[in-house]
Amino acid sequence: MRFHFKTSYDHDIRLFPDWWTFFVYGALLLVMVALPFLMDSFFLSEVTNVLIWAVAGLGLMLLTGTTGQVSLGHSAFMALGCYTCALLMNAGMSFIPAFILSGVITGLVGALIAVPVLRLHGVYLAIATLALAIITADIIVILRPWTGGVNGMFAPEIFIFGAEINRWVNPEYWYYMTLAIVVIITLIYVNLLRSPLGRAFAAVRDSEVSAQAMGIDVARTKTIAFGLSCGITGLGGALMGFFAGAFNNETFTFLLAIQLLMMIVVGGMGFIHGAFLGAIVIAFLPQGLSIVTDNVRFLNIPGLEFGVFGAVLIFFIVFEPMGLYGRWLKVRTWFELFPFARRDMFRRQKSYLKTERVR
Amino acid sequence: MSLLELKNVTLKFGGVTAVNDLTMSVEEGQVFALVGPNGAGKSTVFNMISRFYTPVTGSITFDGHDLLQRKADRVPQLGIARTFQNIELFERATVLQNLLVGRHRHRRTTLLEEMFFVGRSWNEERAHRHAVEEVIEFLDLQAYRDKYIMGLPYGVRKVVELARALSSKPRLLLLDEPASGLSVEETQDMRWWIDDIRRQMGITVLMVEHDMGLVGKVSDRVLALDGGKKLAEGTAAEVQKDPKVIEAYLGTGAISKTASAGGERV
Ligand SMILES: Nc1ncnc2c1ncn2[C@@H]1O[C@H](COP(=O)(O)OP(=O)(O)OP(=O)(O)O)[C@@H](O)[C@H]1O
Ligand SMILES: [Mg+2]
Repeated sequence: MRFHFKTSYDHDIRLFPDWWTFFVYGALLLVMVALPFLMDSFFLSEVTNVLIWAVAGLGLMLLTGTTGQVSLGHSAFMALGCYTCALLMNAGMSFIPAFILSGVITGLVGALIAVPVLRLHGVYLAIATLALAIITADIIVILRPWTGGVNGMFAPEIFIFGAEINRWVNPEYWYYMTLAIVVIITLIYVNLLRSPLGRAFAAVRDSEVSAQAMGIDVARTKTIAFGLSCGITGLGGALMGFFAGAFNNETFTFLLAIQLLMMIVVGGMGFIHGAFLGAIVIAFLPQGLSIVTDNVRFLNIPGLEFGVFGAVLIFFIVFEPMGLYGRWLKVRTWFELFPFARRDMFRRQKSYLKTERVR
Repeated sequence: MSLLELKNVTLKFGGVTAVNDLTMSVEEGQVFALVGPNGAGKSTVFNMISRFYTPVTGSITFDGHDLLQRKADRVPQLGIARTFQNIELFERATVLQNLLVGRHRHRRTTLLEEMFFVGRSWNEERAHRHAVEEVIEFLDLQAYRDKYIMGLPYGVRKVVELARALSSKPRLLLLDEPASGLSVEETQDMRWWIDDIRRQMGITVLMVEHDMGLVGKVSDRVLALDGGKKLAEGTAAEVQKDPKVIEAYLGTGAISKTASAGGERV
């Protein structure tokens, strides 16, 4: 069991509360940096893929996990991020500014859309955002002069400080670029969580009434969360499209948005770690499945992948609502407290009836 | 001028008049208690002050500011903090984080500063922690500091809610039944805390409480409500002696009261 001896407030504010955590995350980062020397390019691109999913997932996690607003429409913002970045680069901008700007633009558009959409709650919000995802494909086709419509468009070549970043020529560059982006976004996420805004997000998620009574403008906070979330997911979309090399109206379908949601549920709602664990599952599940279907003839059914995705999602919602990371926390607590862990330690107290009345 | 003033305030829920032509004023430095049987409209008064409900007529002012001109989330800015009758904490956050949300009205950092944790972020966060840590010390919450609300017992939650309200360093504190559901010792603690909140911190307290023992000990002024109407006002002893109050509590004439509240029904 680890004890935290806190000697100043800074312990709680710091990125790493103690040396142990610093060491663990430092070691993880070192391993990640060393990965290209340990793996062949096939696996490296698989890991790159995981990181790209993680970027998109972090975006949705901020909205759904941290702020408590569900979205089934985030594929729309992945598309927006991707096309914006490509169009800006075709207009002559270089990758880094185009990439950043595409995140900002997607975020702003997201915030704009959020104003009407976030007035809805629960299932209505889900349906409204789902509609957003579904019309995206049509919008891409309608905007054919810019997007290439059904024929799609090729991702422009990426140059950073004169070096070409090409997945087929130098996959390790692609990997490092993605890793850097993931680290920066994760840091932003963590910074928000240790600041007033991040706490306001969680407050809105847990009790809107109480958040208001603490001086939080609920509508504004949700809008900012939606904007930030869309911006980050847009960056994920840009990476995904550029990594694929080409994209069209069928690249960012609503199925992608649902996969994204499944990813954060499986990983662990509300935890940054959850986005990464979920990304690993999402990225490797198809691989795992294809190995199975290659060997077991009768399982070779088209559409099996989405069936399995759905089954996994239902399994987690019913049996492991806190996701993989939640499971890990429980296991860790069990060992830390051994033999004093109680069975109902993580059970939510149901004695408080949530009512709409504020009395 | 009084700190908080309600003038001829009326609020209706459909056919039910929850608060009926209520006038009351709370002076700076007072502990003011609202009492009355269930459904008297006490919480509704609180919810109007914190602007969850808007009265049909009347005015509410705090320190000269017209509260009715403000949205609910702009009320805390003036220095009004509250607790809820059915505890409303942020369940999936720790005690510390809950109290820090109480500091929200003092937020001065911008989105960009917070995203990159630069500029004023460090110093602001330190200041927030400092303020919160004082409250933790005052209410003896050290043992629960890093615990999630989810697993905390009822009594502790009650104290955490008080702590969250205090963290905002309010001028006026609204406590909706601070002692309900607490044990005898916990109620004792609550009594001393309310005393200290008024004496040491100089915070004005407006509270709803059924426990007349507690009300008698801590409050300077008591107002009894029934059916949304003021029955009596004065010191605790005066109010408790008032025949109308005794009648309301003992329920004599309860039938005729329901009839008049229900309007046409006899
Ligand atoms: N949101 C609402 N919608 C409809 N009626 C309401 C609402 N809130 C309160 N009421 C009604 O208004 C009246 C006053 O309720 P209020 O909650 O203010 O009572 P209270 O004095 O706080 O009672 P208690 O001691 O039970 O907390 C009651 O008749 C109640 O049923
Ligand atoms: Mg009440």
